[in-house]
Amino acid sequence: MKNGFEAAVVGLAALLALMGAVFSRDAQFQAHAWVLFFVLVVSTVVLIRRVKFSPDNMAVSDTGKSEASGYMDGVIRYGVIATIFWGLAGFLVGVVIASQMAWPIVNIEPWFNFGRLRPLHTSAVIFAFGGNALIATSFYVVQRTSQARLFGGNLAWFVFWGYQLFIVMAATGYLLGITQSKEYAEPEWYVDIWLTIVWVSYLIVFAGTLVKRKEPHIYVANWFYLSFILTVAVLHLVNNAAIPVSFLGVKSYSLFSGVQDALTQWWYGHNAVGFFLTAGFLGMMYYFVPKQVNRPVYSYRLSIIHFWALIFLYIWAGPHHLHYTALPDWAQTLGMVFSIMLWMPSWGGMINGLMTLSGAWDKLRTDPIVRMMVISIAFYGMSTFEGPMMSIKSVNSLSHYTDWTIGHVHSGALGWNGMVTFAAIYYLVPKLWNREKLYSLRMVNWHVWLATLGIVVYASVMWVAGITQGLMWREYDDQGFLVNSFVETVSAIHPQYVMRTFGGLLYLSGALLMAYNVYRTIRGDNRKEVPMDAPAALSPAE
Amino acid sequence: MDYNGLRNFADSWGLVYLFLIFVGVILFTFRPGSRKQADENANIPLREDDYDVR
Repeated sequence: MKNGFEAAVVGLAALLALMGAVFSRDAQFQAHAWVLFFVLVVSTVVLIRRVKFSPDNMAVSDTGKSEASGYMDGVIRYGVIATIFWGLAGFLVGVVIASQMAWPIVNIEPWFNFGRLRPLHTSAVIFAFGGNALIATSFYVVQRTSQARLFGGNLAWFVFWGYQLFIVMAATGYLLGITQSKEYAEPEWYVDIWLTIVWVSYLIVFAGTLVKRKEPHIYVANWFYLSFILTVAVLHLVNNAAIPVSFLGVKSYSLFSGVQDALTQWWYGHNAVGFFLTAGFLGMMYYFVPKQVNRPVYSYRLSIIHFWALIFLYIWAGPHHLHYTALPDWAQTLGMVFSIMLWMPSWGGMINGLMTLSGAWDKLRTDPIVRMMVISIAFYGMSTFEGPMMSIKSVNSLSHYTDWTIGHVHSGALGWNGMVTFAAIYYLVPKLWNREKLYSLRMVNWHVWLATLGIVVYASVMWVAGITQGLMWREYDDQGFLVNSFVETVSAIHPQYVMRTFGGLLYLSGALLMAYNVYRTIRGDNRKEVPMDAPAALSPAE
Repeated sequence: MDYNGLRNFADSWGLVYLFLIFVGVILFTFRPGSRKQADENANIPLREDDYDVR
């Protein structure tokens, strides 16, 4: 019997959520438990409706292949759709909070003001969009490069749905005002415990597949994915070490206090960038770029050096978030020095990715997906140049707490993470749904340029805004008084805030094109259009 | 061991230990004869996708 056991377990969990709502110690926990109860009841109903009484090995997938043999692709198809959905949600909230910065009237209290929507935006794009992309692509890559089916059977489905539940609980928690106020680790203790269970299952599925691989060598993309899964597990466990005040209440207190707490938080925060947004996405780069251009990576040995250098250096860079604070000076300098050393692996990796195209540069002209990959790797190089530069103390004294940081983060997230994810989605969709090709390559091309223009607008206006802020904050008159009040520095950059919203809108519209393109591809449609590699119109002979 | 002892150990022996591992990894990667193996490994993703894993 298929789904029967699962339906029973989820139904029981719904009952527990109901009891949590009844016996809750505070109103926020009660509201959150109601959300959980509602989600679980709907899931139970869906599962009961899908109970099958045929033996498991008779199940046939919608592509006509038996699901019990070959690669396990159903969960990856769901993952790709979840990636697009959460991407659109996250980009939309981004545009909303950019508008809130430009026009404060858009703040709608209490649930939709900037303070609550901001963590919703960051978590939606990093953990929901990026996380789903990483889980889906890692499942795809580890099977293909190990020539083995995913380990653990339905455990992969648990990882997928468990992760969606984590996203829903985290997102609704922010709107209800539930936060432990640690940046990028805002969810409270009970959501953290749930994520731990899901993440350990993810590690078991991934590592189990590696253990049963038929290919003797573990391809380098899997090294990056595995380091991402392992490190995020360690970071999550340590940074979220906290004691709850009560069993059925939201509040908890961190095990660390003062500057130790700050350092633990930024050890976590920067390595979330280093291992979630860098190592994991490099795993994508090392698989999808060679596949799309049909050439092996430029230098395999360089990719191994890239990996180990990144692993050894990244973990020390966190203190650069705490320059000129109560953190000991030597620790600040350590963070700065290791950040600067990170130039070497970053640029080694960038060169390795770009040089994979050597001998196939003509594809840039005809294949917009390759174009997307090249732009993505270029942004990887640019933002990992900018980051170490900003970690230098004297530069940081100008840039810290200004919008320059926001611009830097977005050139990395939109340029590098977003673009490589879009490229992977465009590669995966025709393969996963057995379609000959995408619905429209010209729409991919539009997506490339809309997104690129959006990033360029966003990053450049944030440079202007950030340096304006930094200079105005530090300006003294000859009496030693500050020249500008805070609100003057805010009104000075209002035009940049408006332009930032416009850049975000461009990026969102590109993603909407992608969603439509993917939808039509899955339906099996083909757009009638002039092919990208058609020769330019011939000019008449002289 | 108090804070200072731990710190002294970390930035002397700990540093040497990690640095030697890192140098070892680089030397191992460029050992004689590794190029052929690396070129083979680089081709892993380019093999057939629909390999029957049964």
